[in-house]
Amino acid sequence: MKTLLAAAALGLTTLATGAFADGHESFPERPIMMMVSYGAGGATDFQARIVTMTAGNEDALGMPIAIINKPGAGGRVGWNWFATQADADGYTLGAYNIPHFIAQSIEGGVEYSADSFEPIANWGADPAVFVVGADSEFNSMADVVDYAKANPGKLTFSGAGLFVGHHIAALQLEKVAGVKLAYIPSNKGGAGAMKSVIAGEVLGGVNNLSDAFRAQEAGNVKILGVFDLERNEFLPDVPTLKEQGFDIDNASVNFRGVMVPKGTPQPIIDKLAATVPTMFENSRVAGKMKAGGSPMHIMTRDEVLAMWAAREETLKELLAGL
Amino acid sequence: MEFLAYFGDVFTPINFGLLLLGTIGGLILGATPGLSPTMAVALLIPFTFRLEPAQGLILLGAAYTSTVAGGAVSAILLKIPGAPANIATTLDGHTMAQKGQGARALQLSFIASAIGGVFGVLLLIFLTPVLAKWALAFGPSHLFWLAILGVTVIGSLDSSSVVKGLLSGCIGLWLATIGFDDIMGAQRFIFHPAVSGGINVIPALIGLFAIPQVITMFAKGRVSLDAEVLTVEKHPIRDAFREVFRRSRALSIGTLTGSVIGLIPGVGGQIAGLVAYDQSKKMSPERDKFGTGHSEGVIAAESANNAMVGPSLVPLLTLSIPGSPTAAVLLGGLLIHGIFPGSDLFDNNPDVAWTFINSMLIGQILMCIFGLYVAGLAAKVAQVPNAVMAAIVLGLAVFGSYSVQNSMGDVYVMMALGTGMYFLERFGFSAAPLVLGLILGPIAEANFIQGSMIANATSSVGQYFFTGPLNLTLITVVVASIAYSVWMELRSRRYTTKDDAVKKEEAIS
Repeated sequence: MKTLLAAAALGLTTLATGAFADGHESFPERPIMMMVSYGAGGATDFQARIVTMTAGNEDALGMPIAIINKPGAGGRVGWNWFATQADADGYTLGAYNIPHFIAQSIEGGVEYSADSFEPIANWGADPAVFVVGADSEFNSMADVVDYAKANPGKLTFSGAGLFVGHHIAALQLEKVAGVKLAYIPSNKGGAGAMKSVIAGEVLGGVNNLSDAFRAQEAGNVKILGVFDLERNEFLPDVPTLKEQGFDIDNASVNFRGVMVPKGTPQPIIDKLAATVPTMFENSRVAGKMKAGGSPMHIMTRDEVLAMWAAREETLKELLAGL
Repeated sequence: MEFLAYFGDVFTPINFGLLLLGTIGGLILGATPGLSPTMAVALLIPFTFRLEPAQGLILLGAAYTSTVAGGAVSAILLKIPGAPANIATTLDGHTMAQKGQGARALQLSFIASAIGGVFGVLLLIFLTPVLAKWALAFGPSHLFWLAILGVTVIGSLDSSSVVKGLLSGCIGLWLATIGFDDIMGAQRFIFHPAVSGGINVIPALIGLFAIPQVITMFAKGRVSLDAEVLTVEKHPIRDAFREVFRRSRALSIGTLTGSVIGLIPGVGGQIAGLVAYDQSKKMSPERDKFGTGHSEGVIAAESANNAMVGPSLVPLLTLSIPGSPTAAVLLGGLLIHGIFPGSDLFDNNPDVAWTFINSMLIGQILMCIFGLYVAGLAAKVAQVPNAVMAAIVLGLAVFGSYSVQNSMGDVYVMMALGTGMYFLERFGFSAAPLVLGLILGPIAEANFIQGSMIANATSSVGQYFFTGPLNLTLITVVVASIAYSVWMELRSRRYTTKDDAVKKEEAIS
């Protein structure tokens, strides 16, 4: 019996190694799953579904990608799962949001850090913007900062939560302008934060450019500034914070892309890193993203690696004072 | 009356085909435990990629209306509420099914759903601009008081005593604190990775309602396998219509409560059914019959949860703010076609907006027709022997919990809560207040924290939460609701012992 078991085990091992040896060339052989750590209908989920819709094409991966949502606790639940339980075989991809997961790992209490994941490619960059209600007396960031200087700690403004891009933008503004603000995190994401601006519950808010763009089109808000290095094509008339005299970089821009868990075989990472950016470049994908008001920003694996490292450094410095 | 001009678009062959597909598919998805309306709509989004915008929205709108109603099927026949909206339906609906009146319960629920639903959509058509202002009027302090109002309902909801109702509500409130806190991100009571994301309402719902029943059925099944088979009464549809209109008090309370509560972003859909059930119980002269298979309970709950569908879309269509998770998914469906909802949606894309709303109107009626057709067939489920039934319900419960977020952790949570509930039920506690606590806890907490953060920055907490007409109105209603419960308790002195609870259980089954 023992020998039989040993033989069976040996046989299995050879089989497995055999499959591994030539498995990478034919990857992927079955449909791939992509974990999104936010709920169905949110901006990340919505964009993930669009950018992966051509995965089954011959010139892309040749296999479809299915989206699996694991929402909860600002993304922590999904990323915890991805870092500790996801199979590192290339068939389990995950969507990342920068600066969210890096800021959360610096804050602590989670089982991941930037070292737990291997980036594949970036598909989008959604800058944070400062919005106020359509009938607000503020017309520029200078008005906002002047008010905050005159009323320290009384300028209430909303954002999608703690340790997300909006919160980072708020911290940068406080630091650069040297004022004390009252940041009110929403528990319903960007939509909840936007609602409190439109309803006049708060004086202003930091929100996603894509959502703010729609709200401005509908005549509900005014957009006063973009937290990015340059103006955005959706809002050519809105100046950046830098142009308005506040030295703020793009550390709060919400970068979205695809990653795999650490330990995924290098040949598979290379194959994905070569194919996925071209899949994002598909014209149908670009068309749908533009229609939805979602800014695209395609980056390769090497560019993303550099961006992650740079973000981690900035965020460590920014969050050190908290 | 502009919407009348676009009625023709609903009846082109392709559009009407999609409407039928969405309605029938929605009924099936809705009747499947664990597949909430939000998930059903999210599942359909990829199919709309290749359709015209109006066609895609017809499919989504029809699916939304009929999944909400379809949830009643599993709530009545299996005692598994498919979504929080259907909790109240189980209270009387399942008891009716156990008495062999499943067909009657289903017919009543579909007719009440259709009436409530049509009313809700008509509100959406005629009063959208007015309602949009009302939806925005609810800030953190008001939502906090609204959640507290919900908590006061707990005491009087389906429990043999107010104290036990409040106690199970507190267990629910405690369960709601598990996981990462919503605003500050602090970790609370995370003793196992399965609960790190908090307790998801849907697996909890399935476990709390279905598992105690499964255990009871398994326990009984061995003793008397055949004795349990009961005759399913046939029930003419004409009588069902007559009954719904005879119960006009329950119907109007349900419809109005559902429409008003559905409008409030973030709260509506989950508690509309329960609040309507409670209100019609309090106002009914036959309030003692509630919970024992009384038709008013089914009518109030189901008219409320479909009445909420139309108004819940008001914030989305006018302000581009999704007021509920389902509305967020629908927003995705609009954006993918480059349509930005907002106050000018009806000017820029009237063909899409009105066709969508009209399809929900027609969808309600189609849903009712198909629902009535299957009601007679589906009620036969009650004849399945206990042992077989228990296995089917258990299978569906596991499937439903797993499918919410593809997580075994949710299945463990469902089993653990369900087993705990089995023992609690032996002592006269019931599941509905517990679930209400689980739903309301986070709403009350998050809004209190947000409200006090705003208050600390601007005025004072006392001023923020206790002034303003809306705050004062809500506080008055809260006080009245508590006073009513206390008065009822003193008047009837409803004491329950373990023996009473067992007796009640035996009387029902």
